[in-house]
Amino acid sequence: MKRTKDVVELKEIARRMRVDILTMIHAAGSGHPGGSLSAIDMLVALYCGAMDHGPDRKKTDRRDKFVLSKGHGAPALYAVLAECGYFGREHLKTLRQYESILSGHPYAPSTPGVEITTGSLGQGLSQANGLALANRLDGRDTFVYAMMGDGETQEGQIWEAAMSAAHFKLGNLIAFLDNNELQIDGFVSDVMGIEPIGKKWEAFGWHVQQIDGHDFGQIFAAIDNAKKVTDKPSLIWARTVKGKGVSFMERLAKWHGTAPSTDELNKALAELGEKA
Amino acid sequence: MAEMLALRDYYGKTVAELGKTNKDIVVLDADLSGSTRTSTFAKAFPERFFNMGVAEQDMIGTAAGLAAGGKIPFASTFAIFASGRAWEQVRQAVGYPHQNVKIIATHGGITVGPDGPSHQAGEDIALMRAIPGMTVIMPADAHETAAAVRWAAAYVGPVYIRLTRDKFPVVFNDSKTFTPGKGDQLKKGADVTFIACGLMTSIALEAAALLEKEGISAGVVNMASIKPIDRDLVLQAAAESGALVAAEEHSIIGGLGSAVAELVAENNPVPVIRVGIQDDYISSGAPEELLEACGFTATGLADAARRAVQLKKQAASR
Ligand SMILES: Cc1ncc(C[n+]2csc(CCOP(=O)(O)OP(=O)(O)O)c2C)c(N)n1
Ligand SMILES: [Mg+2]
Repeated sequence: MKRTKDVVELKEIARRMRVDILTMIHAAGSGHPGGSLSAIDMLVALYCGAMDHGPDRKKTDRRDKFVLSKGHGAPALYAVLAECGYFGREHLKTLRQYESILSGHPYAPSTPGVEITTGSLGQGLSQANGLALANRLDGRDTFVYAMMGDGETQEGQIWEAAMSAAHFKLGNLIAFLDNNELQIDGFVSDVMGIEPIGKKWEAFGWHVQQIDGHDFGQIFAAIDNAKKVTDKPSLIWARTVKGKGVSFMERLAKWHGTAPSTDELNKALAELGEKA
Repeated sequence: MAEMLALRDYYGKTVAELGKTNKDIVVLDADLSGSTRTSTFAKAFPERFFNMGVAEQDMIGTAAGLAAGGKIPFASTFAIFASGRAWEQVRQAVGYPHQNVKIIATHGGITVGPDGPSHQAGEDIALMRAIPGMTVIMPADAHETAAAVRWAAAYVGPVYIRLTRDKFPVVFNDSKTFTPGKGDQLKKGADVTFIACGLMTSIALEAAALLEKEGISAGVVNMASIKPIDRDLVLQAAAESGALVAAEEHSIIGGLGSAVAELVAENNPVPVIRVGIQDDYISSGAPEELLEACGFTATGLADAARRAVQLKKQAASR
């Protein structure tokens, strides 16, 4: 795969995206920083590297598509969509406001670049399968990417979709699992364990790779490998840190769905090398 | 005796027919393709048919994804599973983004018969009607089914068409068309009007004939388009006959009867009697037995009409 940006550039983009995520959630007064920060490096790798896409394309044009099944990670998605020019950055501060184009969770009809409406967990993978089947029917050689939370995989529909993606041999589907080990009520392993993750997905007929979800080299290598697997869907099992990049948010369930106060925002921005 | 035809047969035939010219039509089923008659399409276009297994939630989600990818998916299973098991998927993935998914549910109502309450659906219309942007249709016969399916394929947006298992008497002919928000005035009535859908339309016609003999002039409106309902026609019937009977093979809660009562209450309050399943689970049994037990017969509907006329008289003498 030809990539136009090197890792240094991508890291800088991801740093700025973290600033955007925190700033927009602070402005909104609510939202989900933890899972946005664990996902953002993968979203930057996809939108600023791996995916063939762009705001200039019409609805019917060929392009890779992404489904944020863990829809509460919307701030991360909105940050990269603005970065890629799908809408102006001024919209970011309208997150969650009445009649904003940026709904609390991704809503395709109102937000340029959002392919699939999510927010109710467990539903994105089925829809990604549908997009992948449509690509196959129309002979498009593009890819469909999806991202699930680890807690989200407690939903039964995820496993229905895991089964059907393998049954239909969706080699054009690449799903990320954001394995940050936390959900709202605490550790995934305490609330409702999902291990053994790799064995489960393999048993369901998927090609599975485990990576560090914050390492751009590993993310791109996994995507390249996944693309070569044409007879099975691929799971990129990403080990991540919830709240990654902000010391006081890392690995704490509390930061799943809490907006930072102004002081906390300033502290976080300082850590990210941004002047408040 | 009118000709008897199964609605689901005409669904199967029609969607397969449409599939010949419209290559974007795809069909999904959840291990009931023989019963829902999507097997007709599956045989003709195996590459555009997806059997999702016994996984209704995944079926609706996949259909939504196919629609987002430019396809026109028809997703079928029994009404209770399509509307009940997958309700939230229909709400989130189809209704909310106004996705172009057609849910064609068979085995609605009680005429499923011997399978019993687990397989009957008395709540599906209520569930689907509550979803903003959803068009909800219950055809009166096989010809109206074909018309509704043809309309759904051409319309861009979510549609729920509720069909049944058994054969129904034919009311229309093959020139029947379907228009959302339009009912059919099959007979005018000065004393009372039936607003009916599905099997109840043909039964209402029989009931109207019985009432005629007693000197009660009963009208019959077929209202396949439960949502959007034909406001003008319902309110016109309310004004002209001053009493209504809404009849459906569905619970009295949330279906056509509720839609009629809501409309009339807010615009021109006249007595409305709802004939439907009386907030209950109906036992196993032969369809005819169950219809009898629920009062879904010409005499049952005629009784309801007499009650409506009585209520109107009481109100006038107050
Ligand atoms: C169907 C559904 N149930 C409950 C919720 C509320 N909810 C939002 S996020 C969340 C926990 C998700 O955990 P995980 O998938 O691990 O997300 P992450 O850690 O990546 O933020 C829950 C229960 C929801 N959005 N959808
Ligand atoms: Mg998690």
